[in-house]
Amino acid sequence: MTAPGTFVARYGIWIFGAVLLLIMPHVFTSSFALNLMSQMGVLIIFSLAYNMLLGQGGMLSFGHAIYFGLAGYFTIHYLNFVYDDIAPYIPVSLFPLLGGCVGLFFGTLVGYVSTRRAGTTFAMISLGFGEMVTALTLILVAIFNGEDGIQTDRVVGPEPLGISYGPNIEVYYLIAVWVLVAAAAMYALTKTPFGRMSNAVRDNPERTEFIGYNSQRIRWLAFALSSFFAGLAGSLHAINFEHVGFEQVSALTSGLVLFMAYIGGVGHFAGPVIGAVLITFLNGTLTTYTEAWQLYLGVLFVAVIMFFPGGLAGLIIMHQPIWRIDTRLLAPLTVPYLLFIGALLVSLIGFIGLVELLIYKTSRLGAAHDLTIFGITMDPSGVVPWISFAIVMAVGVYAIRKAFPVAAGAWNTAIDQARARAAQ
Amino acid sequence: MESFIFALFNGVLYGMLLFMLASGLTLIFSMMGVLNFAHASFFMLGAYFAYSISTYVGFWPALIVAPLIVGVVGALVERYGLRPVHSYGHVAELLFTFGIAYVIEEIVKMIWGQVPVPYDIPESLNFTLFAWAGLDYSAYRVFMLLVSVGIFVALFALLTKTRIGLIIRAAVSDPTHVATLGHDVPTIFMWTFGFGCALAGVAGVLGGNVLGTEPAMALQLGPIVFVVIVVGGLGSLGGALIAALLIGIIQTMAIFYDFGINAALLAVGIEIDAAGMFRDFARITTAQASPVIPYLLLVLMLIFRPRGMFGTRDV
Repeated sequence: MTAPGTFVARYGIWIFGAVLLLIMPHVFTSSFALNLMSQMGVLIIFSLAYNMLLGQGGMLSFGHAIYFGLAGYFTIHYLNFVYDDIAPYIPVSLFPLLGGCVGLFFGTLVGYVSTRRAGTTFAMISLGFGEMVTALTLILVAIFNGEDGIQTDRVVGPEPLGISYGPNIEVYYLIAVWVLVAAAAMYALTKTPFGRMSNAVRDNPERTEFIGYNSQRIRWLAFALSSFFAGLAGSLHAINFEHVGFEQVSALTSGLVLFMAYIGGVGHFAGPVIGAVLITFLNGTLTTYTEAWQLYLGVLFVAVIMFFPGGLAGLIIMHQPIWRIDTRLLAPLTVPYLLFIGALLVSLIGFIGLVELLIYKTSRLGAAHDLTIFGITMDPSGVVPWISFAIVMAVGVYAIRKAFPVAAGAWNTAIDQARARAAQ
Repeated sequence: MESFIFALFNGVLYGMLLFMLASGLTLIFSMMGVLNFAHASFFMLGAYFAYSISTYVGFWPALIVAPLIVGVVGALVERYGLRPVHSYGHVAELLFTFGIAYVIEEIVKMIWGQVPVPYDIPESLNFTLFAWAGLDYSAYRVFMLLVSVGIFVALFALLTKTRIGLIIRAAVSDPTHVATLGHDVPTIFMWTFGFGCALAGVAGVLGGNVLGTEPAMALQLGPIVFVVIVVGGLGSLGGALIAALLIGIIQTMAIFYDFGINAALLAVGIEIDAAGMFRDFARITTAQASPVIPYLLLVLMLIFRPRGMFGTRDV
């Protein structure tokens, strides 16, 4: 039954991913792009690990950065120890495994006490541990060096296979290999009996207890494994930046990974990958254009929770039953969707314009020169730009309210047709 | 002894401030099951609104107006944000309030800037009320204490002596039952949410000029308020009061009497000569550890007694 078609269907996406990771640095050759892609890789692993908890296991954590960060600290210290001949040499390529074990160690400890319940109790305990570890990194200066963090040089010891990890491209490929390995491992885990039980515990812990499973054990295992991969990512992060600071264990990083996983979509395995790539890209590029990037990120997160809780992956997956039957059924969706996207863009232009005006008004008090938004130069002291953007936003919001039912109706029609075809 | 009373005074003051935040939060939590992450953000909004209003009309109108605006903002957030998310479950609600807290912080940074704003103690109360044993007791701090005690008494009377209080308490213990009796529970939720936010706003107006009005203030105080309601027991106002005072006093005392582990060990004759990376463990003092204490309490409480000191049900 291993026809070529099933082979492509099963492994095609992985081969595509591997090829993409291989050629990306040759398409985008600037050092900025390379750094950005390395960061994306690290955060893909981290947010996939996070989704083992939130998406697969139903555990909302506000402190998962501690496993990421502690593995980072460990990696930096170990590299420095190797440098000082205190610790035995390990090839840098294998450091992520070491970091993973650090994550696993702390995850096993914390998981034992925190996984008795899911839901709000778990969230609160994770918050408590997160805050405690953050406070400790500032108190225990000898280990964590307070707000400055610790640094290292990743070029250490002999150079196996001629890889020194001096140039950033070598670190990129190290990260790329680990992205593939970790993603494949985490995907395989979702297919094991443990992965299925983890979903069962998320959906109905009582019934899993009745069929003879200990739901705490399963949560604990999921937590520990998730911490392992978080540690793996943290170690790669440390190797990539050769620095780790208290931000990496703090609520900032815990919140970021939550945003990535949720905006990408926690309901599908690929969701966190989409979220990590998108948000890292926007984070890297938009910060040069606007001071309000963090605000836009927050608004995006709130909008995802309110209007499409399945995230970006959820939006794509809801069309799967349609294209499985016949891709031509998607064609009638084009116009309503384009109308909706257009309305969304109009309201965004209005909103962004207002926000940028407000920032200009408050951050450069009394500045007299003109402001340029979307290539339009305007005098921010007058009321005209404010009123214009407010009107644009109002028009956009009105158009969204009109266009959304049309788009939703088109989707309904398409899915009904697909179901009718399937029933034939 | 005199200095002990001074530290106790400040501890009680901080505790009462925490209680003002926690009382609204614990009502909201036990009624709707929503742990409002953004609660401390409304505290921050109270402080910033008070700062802006007081630059125009002074402190006293701000003390009234700022909490009212915060309450209305809170009610709007509940009506148009939280209520639609309700159907997605508690985790989505928790995430929503987390997102709102994040957005409020960014908006505050945008409007008032990254650095603290000069929100000062009002001139009319900026004097030493009395000095005792060489330590000055500021009139403003005594005023804060009086207001917070007054609010506690009024809140208690409202909840136990009035009809509205009766309905709120009934909605806390069994919302579906109250709804079947013909009360509009979603509207009760909305006003309780707004009222709780207004209380947080009062705490912001009063505390902002003592603790410092800056964008990080919500993030600093928010988790501690969670600790208060979890330790006190959900839905228990009395528990929240005791937990708030406990945490306020412990944290103040830990800073005031700066014990070190080393000193304590030396006192019983043990001398550890720690060196290397782990030397700091022996050097931890209570003042350093004071930010950790509430979280330690939170984690231990959730692990060993999830219903808190006076709660009737688990988190």
